[in-house]
Amino acid sequence: MHQESVVIPIFPKGPSRVLGLLPLAPASWTLTRFSRQIAKRHPSLFRRLGEHAHARFVLDPTDLPLVMCLEPNGGVPRVSLLRGQCQGDARIAGPLAALLGLVHGAYDGDALFFSRDLVIEGDTAAVLALRNAIDDAELDLAAELGAMSGPLRQPVQRLIALGEKTTGVALSRHEEEYAR
Amino acid sequence: MELTVGPNQFFWKPDPWSDLYDELAQAPVDRVVLGELVCSKRLPFYQDRIPAAIETLLGAGKQVVLTSLALITLKRERKMTAELAEMGVEVEINDLTALALLPEGTAFSVGPLVNVYNEGTLDWLASKGATRICLPPELPLASVATLAGRARDLGVMIEVWGHGRLPLAISGRCYHARLHGRTKDNCQFACEDDPDGLQVSTMEDQPFLAINGVQTLSETYANAAYQIEALDQAGVSALRLSPQSAGFARLCQLFRQRIDGELDADALATGVRDLDKDVRLSDGFLSARPGVNWSGKALAPL
Amino acid sequence: MEIVCPAGTPAALRAAVKAGAHTIYCGFNDETNARNFPGLNFDRAEMREGVRFAHDMGSKVLIAINTFPRAGAEHIWHNAVSDAAEAGADAVILADPGLLAYAAQNHPALRRHLSVQAAAANADVINYYAKCFDVKRVVLPRVLSIPEIAAINAETEVETEVFVFGGLCVMAEGRCSLSSFVTGLSPNMNGVCSPASHVDYHEDNDALSVRLGGYTIHRAEKGEPAPYPTLCKGCFTSADKKGYLFEDPVSLNAEQLIPQLKKAGVTALKIEGRQRSRSYVAQVVRNFRAAVDALEAGQPMPEGMLAQLSEGQAGTTGAYRKIWR
Repeated sequence: MHQESVVIPIFPKGPSRVLGLLPLAPASWTLTRFSRQIAKRHPSLFRRLGEHAHARFVLDPTDLPLVMCLEPNGGVPRVSLLRGQCQGDARIAGPLAALLGLVHGAYDGDALFFSRDLVIEGDTAAVLALRNAIDDAELDLAAELGAMSGPLRQPVQRLIALGEKTTGVALSRHEEEYAR
Repeated sequence: MELTVGPNQFFWKPDPWSDLYDELAQAPVDRVVLGELVCSKRLPFYQDRIPAAIETLLGAGKQVVLTSLALITLKRERKMTAELAEMGVEVEINDLTALALLPEGTAFSVGPLVNVYNEGTLDWLASKGATRICLPPELPLASVATLAGRARDLGVMIEVWGHGRLPLAISGRCYHARLHGRTKDNCQFACEDDPDGLQVSTMEDQPFLAINGVQTLSETYANAAYQIEALDQAGVSALRLSPQSAGFARLCQLFRQRIDGELDADALATGVRDLDKDVRLSDGFLSARPGVNWSGKALAPL
Repeated sequence: MEIVCPAGTPAALRAAVKAGAHTIYCGFNDETNARNFPGLNFDRAEMREGVRFAHDMGSKVLIAINTFPRAGAEHIWHNAVSDAAEAGADAVILADPGLLAYAAQNHPALRRHLSVQAAAANADVINYYAKCFDVKRVVLPRVLSIPEIAAINAETEVETEVFVFGGLCVMAEGRCSLSSFVTGLSPNMNGVCSPASHVDYHEDNDALSVRLGGYTIHRAEKGEPAPYPTLCKGCFTSADKKGYLFEDPVSLNAEQLIPQLKKAGVTALKIEGRQRSRSYVAQVVRNFRAAVDALEAGQPMPEGMLAQLSEGQAGTTGAYRKIWR
């Protein structure tokens, strides 16, 4: 049987440094607003999280100088961006492209774990619940962002499509193809 | 409460095998289950000793029962199983295949490797002729009590694991052979060197499991010393003791004294440890905790 | 041949159907099924909707109710069978004799499959399940070789379904208490094996340690693939030998054996992985559907491309080749 490993794009160093200069407070505010909009449109996500809907998740894109703390908060989520360490119940770390690819169904979480592209620590059950809830929600962050952008919707979508094409990162959801 | 000796799970040479049953004829136990449970390849080595052992035990007034294999796949094993009833003693089924192959209407008993977890399965087995059931060792006391209650209504006796390394899993693969770099078909009977199974330790050198051919056991010896009153109140009629190489007849005696009220739980646990200083005990399953845990104290009756 | 695909979520069910699955199997979100994992499975409304979606697309749905009902709480499992019938399931997959008896008596029209958790490993016991409970299909345990499977099919009218891809149970299924010995939770009683709630991953100097219930069962050095935290695939020592005493951290891939399995009389090919993502389901289903279609058309099996999805990123053909034992 031949082996084919998945190559996950790594966020380039230059732009990563620029992102490191991001003012954290407004960025966190924007992400919280964004996550609440997703929450409103996908209430089943929190039903699926069950007893873990009040856990504190640390999402650590290892190719960025930032970590993201996600508190689902029973359906009224809060997101905060931090530099350096952040305490939480569970930590999920991996290249940004892997984390985005998981959300968009481009990658399988277990496969990324087997290949060591994804590292999980802390409350393993909470991580599993989050992973399964997000997988079922069939989120499309690009579409969510577009919906939030009002009159800028079209240029935003075009920008995302361009980004996706040039980086190979799954920035939006692609429907699985029909076989019959 | 009765004492049952379960089938010897390990591969012993013919002489120590016969000695065990000679000793048990004099031991204060009510019932002895013998025969091959784990691997059909072992049986030819001591098969010719079985009739004499049965005769000795019957002569000493014991109930004698023959076990089926725990996992029946091969044609030869199916044939062997179909012939069990012809030996003229009761059969204990440890794989439902044995029930399928028993002549219809034959009374039988059920061993701990058949999954009896609930009243529905108990009812079904009773309707097929089960008269006694040794429950799976992983059941907590609450389930034991519910099943014992139902069994009483059906006239079925309930037995629970009393002492011995726990049969945790059965496989198509032989771990003794694998450890020695052999296949199962060419195992060269590696399991014969380990009369109580071969210890398996974790990466941090904690004793953990024991392998016994295709069977995986606990490294600990499960022991119900502290649960005997609770089991009695739950309606359990018998305890099962699993043969071990160190002082087994003495162990049977200690359990008899414990049941008769001559020994308390601490004294039984101490007595068991005196037979083998390295022995580690466990009783977690009955209290719905990890099976490896050891309470060292009595469980509050339900 | 029929491809039977896992779905842990409604999204995975839709992905499997769209990828060409003939049949989907799934379970309710409680202890009645053997993949009772956090965030997984279907509530009653999702199940009804899932069955409707699959039926509209021409696929079947099997509902696994394959744990062993708890004494004193059998109604939970009985209700699951009734709700499966009501949801329009094409069959239920059961392991417990008591539950089979209940289903046969109360829902005779609901087709019954015997779960792999019953570990029915020979024709005598399979025919006995058929006689007692009118079981129409058996999922064979992963301890049998292909000639043994052929021999079973020669002796029974019951359809056989075998695993071809995914996690491999090393022990006879439904007859293993290794998990509860360490964690208190078992596949038979709780529908979990080596549950996530008792798993602790720890990364130290790029080496990944895996602890289950406080016991270190695996350590992967930098660059080595990580395994599932299941006990039977842990690393242990015995008689001065250190290693995977029970099984290497590999998963089953019998893709290339499909023609032989067909010849052995197998009706359906089962893919493991209700805990996997919709991405996994879509990829594996597409691959196996292509393989089966090629076989029916008399073409050679396509090359496998599924290694990266496998545990340990390595495949085994398991017991199908006798040397595995």
